[in-house]
Amino acid sequence: MNNMSRIAVCDGNEAAAIGVKLSRPDVVAVYPITPQSSLVEYLSKFIAEGSLDAELMNLEGEHSVLSALQGACLAGARTYTATCGPGLAFMFEPYIRTPGLRLPMVASLVNRDMLSPQCVWGGQQDVMTVRDAGWIHLFCESAQEVLDTVIMAYRIAEHPDVMLPVNINHDGNYLSYGVTRVEIPEQPAVDAFLGPKNVNWHTALDPDRPMAVDPLTGGADAEGAAVFAAYRQSQCRGMQSALHVIAEVHAEWADAFGRHYAPLVEEYRVDGADIAIVTIGSMSGAAKDAVDAARERGVAAGVIRIKTFRPFPVEAFVHAAAQVRALGVVDRSVSFGWNCGPVAQEVLGALYRTGRTIPVLSFIGGLAGADLTQEHFDEVIDSTVRALEAGPSPATPETVWLDARGEGAGR
Amino acid sequence: MSHEIRIHGRGGQGAVLASSILAQAFVDEGKYVVAIPSFGFERRGAPVSACLRADDREIRALTNIYRPDCVICIDPTLPRMVDIFAGLRPGGTLVQASSLRPDAIARPGTVETLGLCDAVGIALEIFGKPITNSIMLGAFARTTGLVSLDSLMDALERADFRDAGLAQNRRAMQRGYAETEVLAPEAVA
Repeated sequence: MNNMSRIAVCDGNEAAAIGVKLSRPDVVAVYPITPQSSLVEYLSKFIAEGSLDAELMNLEGEHSVLSALQGACLAGARTYTATCGPGLAFMFEPYIRTPGLRLPMVASLVNRDMLSPQCVWGGQQDVMTVRDAGWIHLFCESAQEVLDTVIMAYRIAEHPDVMLPVNINHDGNYLSYGVTRVEIPEQPAVDAFLGPKNVNWHTALDPDRPMAVDPLTGGADAEGAAVFAAYRQSQCRGMQSALHVIAEVHAEWADAFGRHYAPLVEEYRVDGADIAIVTIGSMSGAAKDAVDAARERGVAAGVIRIKTFRPFPVEAFVHAAAQVRALGVVDRSVSFGWNCGPVAQEVLGALYRTGRTIPVLSFIGGLAGADLTQEHFDEVIDSTVRALEAGPSPATPETVWLDARGEGAGR
Repeated sequence: MSHEIRIHGRGGQGAVLASSILAQAFVDEGKYVVAIPSFGFERRGAPVSACLRADDREIRALTNIYRPDCVICIDPTLPRMVDIFAGLRPGGTLVQASSLRPDAIARPGTVETLGLCDAVGIALEIFGKPITNSIMLGAFARTTGLVSLDSLMDALERADFRDAGLAQNRRAMQRGYAETEVLAPEAVA
C-alpha cells in the first residue's frame, strides 16, 4: 500500500465512521439525526459493500437502538452507535442504565444544541445535559483526533478496571462537516493495538453460565442498602480508574501511531502565561491561533483544553491552572442553574483544590451553529486580562455572552 | 501560500461537493485544507455556500471564512440576490459562471482578477441540466493557477456523483478549464 492511499480528505463524520470500521464492531444500531446522519450512512455503506463485517440494525428510534445494543453487548458483541440532541433525549432511559450494567459500549455524540428554540445545529447542550449519567466523555478538536479517539475508546471502555461506556464527542457542523486531511491507520496495526475482543467477561447472556443480570437491588433494609451502595461505589471506582487508563491508552497510541494527544487536559503555551483560555472541543484551534497572536502582541496567554470531561481530570486540570493567575472559560452550552457555562462551573469546583482564588470568567458562545472565531477569543483574552488587572473582587463576575446583542430579544 | 476561497451556488449544483473535490486536490499537492459548508436545510435552488482554507502549514481553526481572497460563483443569477463579494479582500479574484462579456459583470473594486466561463452553456450540452460544479473547478484552476487541472481531475475520480457519471464530469472540468476567459490585473485596469 503506498503512502497516498493512507491519506483521506474527509469530514469528522466520515473520520468517525472510518475509526469504527477499523475497530471491527460486531453490531451497529442506528437511527439517523442531523448532524449525525452522514456518519451512520457511511457505516451503512461500509457494511453494504462488505468492508465492515457487522450486523446493521436500522431501528425505529434511539430508545430501541441502545436497548438492542445492550442485548448485543451482554451477549459479547462489540457495539457502536451515534446520536445527538433530541435523539439522545429519546435514548435517555437505556442510556442511563448502560453504565450501571457496566457495558463497555462506544458511541459518538455529534454534539447538537438542544430544543427549544428549534434548531438543527451544533452546540454542546446535549452532552452537558447528560454529564452525570455515568458515561465517560471525551471531546475531540480535529477530524484526525475523532478517528483516533474512536479506536482508543474501545480500549478504554473494555479495560477490566473501567468497564464503562464511552462517548466520543465531536461538534456538529464545524467538526462533523469540516473537511480536512486525515491519516488512516493500517488495519493490522489497529488490530494489534486493540488486541483480542474481551467485551463481556463479567456479565453475559450465556446459557452455559446462567446468571441474573440487573435484579432488583436496594431498599430500606441494611443489606439491600449496602449492596446498592457497593454497586454505586464500584461504578465510581471505574470512573476514577478511567483516568489512568485513558492516559495509558493515549501513550500507547502515540507509541504505535506517532500521534500524541493530551489524554486528559492539554496545556498549550500555559508555561509562563498570565492567563489561560479554557476550551473544549473544536473551538480549540481558533483559541490557539488567538493565543499565538496575543503572544506576538506581548500578552502572555495560553490554552487549557479539556479532552476528558468525565471523569473530570481534577489533578491534570489543577496542574495546568496552577501556572496562571486568571482563567477565561468558553462554553458552547449553558448551565441554567448557575447562570454560566457548565465547564466554567466545573473549573470553579476543581480550583477549590488549589487553595487559591483567581478570577474566572465564564463566556458563552457558539450556540446553535454559531461560529467561534479567533476574534471571539481575542475578546476572551482581553476581558480575562482586564479581570486579572482589576484584582480580586468579592462579586461574582457577570457571564459574557459572546454573540448577544443586547438583552431582551426573546423576553 | 495561504488562501481563503468561498464557493457560492444553489442547492443541487454541487457547491459543497466542489469544495470537497478542491480540498482533495490541494491535499494531493501537499497542502493543508479545511473546507466547511454553510449549513441549513438543503433545498434545491436555494443559495448555498462553502468555504475553503488552504495553507502550506497545518490549519487549526475550524471556522467559517469572512475575508476570502477568492470567490467562485457557480450560478450566473446568484449575484442578484446574494452579496457574493462580502468581505472580499482587495486584490481579490472572482471566478464567475456567466455567458456575459466582462464589462457586463458588475463587480466591486476589490476584484482584481476575473475568470469568466459560460458554465451553464457547457453544462446543458454535457449533462442536459445546469450542474456547474466540475466546470467551475476547471475555471478556478485556469484563473488562479493555485491548483493544477491534473490534481483536480485525480480528485474527481474519487468523488461520489449522484447526478452524473465520471466521464461526463471529466469532460465538463476540462471544458471549464479550456473555455475560461481570464482578465488579469493589467487587462482589468
